[in-house]
Amino acid sequence: MTAAAVPAASPASTGEQSGVRLARSRRNAELSLLLLAMVLVAAYSAMIEAKALDTITGDFWIPAAALGLVFLGLHLVIRWLAPFADPALLPAVALLNGIGVGFLRRFDLAQAAPAEREDLAIFAGTGGRQLAWTLASVVLAAGLLAVLRDHRTLSRYAYTLGLAGIVLVMIPAILPGRFSEINGAKLWIIVPGLGQIQPGEFAKLALLTFFAYYLVRKREVLSLASRRVLGIDFPRGRDLGPVLVVWLISLMVLVFEKDLGTSLLYFGMFVVTLYIATERVSWLLIGLLLFFGGAYLAYVLGSTVGGPFANFYDRAQIWLDPFAEPYDRGYQLVQGLLTLGTGGLFGAGPGGGQPTLLPEVQTDFIFAGIGEEIGLFGLSALLVVYLLIVERGLRAALAVRDSFGKLLAGGLAFTLGLQVFVIVGGISKLIPLTGQTTPFLSAGGSSLMANWLLIAVLLRVSDGARRPVTGGRGPAARPAGGPPEQLHGAPTEVIRP
Amino acid sequence: MPELVITVARFGFLILLWIFVFTVVGVIRRDLFAGARSGRLVAAPRGVGASTSQPPSGKPAKVKRGRAAHQMVVTAGQLAGTRITLGEAQITIGRAEDSTLVITDDYASARHARLVPRDGQWYVEDLGSTNGTYLDRAKVTGPTPVPLGVPIRIGRTSLELRP
Repeated sequence: MTAAAVPAASPASTGEQSGVRLARSRRNAELSLLLLAMVLVAAYSAMIEAKALDTITGDFWIPAAALGLVFLGLHLVIRWLAPFADPALLPAVALLNGIGVGFLRRFDLAQAAPAEREDLAIFAGTGGRQLAWTLASVVLAAGLLAVLRDHRTLSRYAYTLGLAGIVLVMIPAILPGRFSEINGAKLWIIVPGLGQIQPGEFAKLALLTFFAYYLVRKREVLSLASRRVLGIDFPRGRDLGPVLVVWLISLMVLVFEKDLGTSLLYFGMFVVTLYIATERVSWLLIGLLLFFGGAYLAYVLGSTVGGPFANFYDRAQIWLDPFAEPYDRGYQLVQGLLTLGTGGLFGAGPGGGQPTLLPEVQTDFIFAGIGEEIGLFGLSALLVVYLLIVERGLRAALAVRDSFGKLLAGGLAFTLGLQVFVIVGGISKLIPLTGQTTPFLSAGGSSLMANWLLIAVLLRVSDGARRPVTGGRGPAARPAGGPPEQLHGAPTEVIRP
Repeated sequence: MPELVITVARFGFLILLWIFVFTVVGVIRRDLFAGARSGRLVAAPRGVGASTSQPPSGKPAKVKRGRAAHQMVVTAGQLAGTRITLGEAQITIGRAEDSTLVITDDYASARHARLVPRDGQWYVEDLGSTNGTYLDRAKVTGPTPVPLGVPIRIGRTSLELRP
């Protein structure tokens, strides 16, 4: 299918329609939003230099321009391969990604000796690496858009992806700590001398694809066979099997990889796809009860038995009272809270903060680090941008015309939202802090790549959802302006599944 | 750098950030309020010409007759709530993955039925399905015109044409 084969939306169809599927492609709106986002990123880097270096160097715009070029490339790919994709997704993600790169460069500036600051190369340090990772991730996302012309293709590889997902989750748990443990969480595959990847980020996507496919197959049984207790429909015992398996997997992640966030993410992902598939509130109740029960059990076991549960117990203790040991175990969380407090309502201005005081500011605590400089006012804008991305994903799920696509898009959008909740809730002491990455902001190639792939899938699903209907045999089967098909003598084929 | 410039830039940046947010919301506004606006739609049916359209200032017609269908809405079944904006192309319904509307319904065939437009009127046609297609209560045997608001039943799924 080429761009020419897709009929340009006829002017007549731009009139008020349902709005669920707009016949206009809205690509120009995407382009202007993208330019606005890049202007914001450039302004952000300029202000950082003005404050941190006391002067704006001649090449402050280079990172923003490099990012802009890459995103423009992706925009052109979307124009060509997914012309009806959602126009708000790319600019919103581009803004977050750009702010992340800008902040990481700002962190490098703060770490460098004052004399060297002005000569810091574009691709040096954390910010430079993040910039390089962004380029790679966007190319990967464009590649996925090119390979995956229809999201329904994914369902053919569902079992393969599910197996791959489980293997990816299990690898760090099995590997010895030397190859998998950083800061107490066994989430990594470390190749000595080369670097490390976080397979869980990719496992998330693979598992979700499998869940979506499995639940499309099983939704009838799961939603129809049930017993009614206290006004809520509960599923039969044997249908609980897969849920219990996923629950066990996520608990094992909690225990062996020592990471509450990831386990919450997997389990929440499954329960929500289950809920979308069956529309049964009972699944949400069962899921929440199981999760909180499991977490409480781990807490109790951690305090009495210790061993593999000790890490979780520690984190819960820190969460309950971070100021008990402000210079010891609670140091990071206390510093994060103080950082956010220093930022106040409007922040110290980009470049005006003290990010070096906050441990792990480039990964887990980047939201607090940014918050110190742009304040609550700016942070809430970033949160709204996340909210809009999730909303666009859910909208694509509502509008797409097949169940697998609905579950896939809904699950992906929810997972992104849940991840933001887990990390932002963690640094603001709403829930126990766990080492999740902040999507698109945190330094780290695995997370960035996986999240860009997620966005590519959402773009693909939204393209399928918003594309004007042009016949049942693929989008380019018949030009939209052609005469309707003859009814008389049309073959009536009997094809049984 | 003078302090004043930096302060102005600081607040300017925050405002620009929110302007971005509101611009994005503006772009997707029609989607956000999609349901609320559909009440006063008076659009010309596509491909039929302007003969049946009404002046935009006029009130929406109360009579259903003569109004062209613009949407197909799934009213029951697992895809309930899904809307398809109708164009000039046929709509195929079935479990086959290349159908326009892919229904996962145990009582539906792979290629169950299709909706075809002709002269501004939509016709439903059964494609030799196992369990049949029903227009309201009547079984569809040949191409049958579909009035607005009358349910087409396929397995556990129900569809309606809406203006």
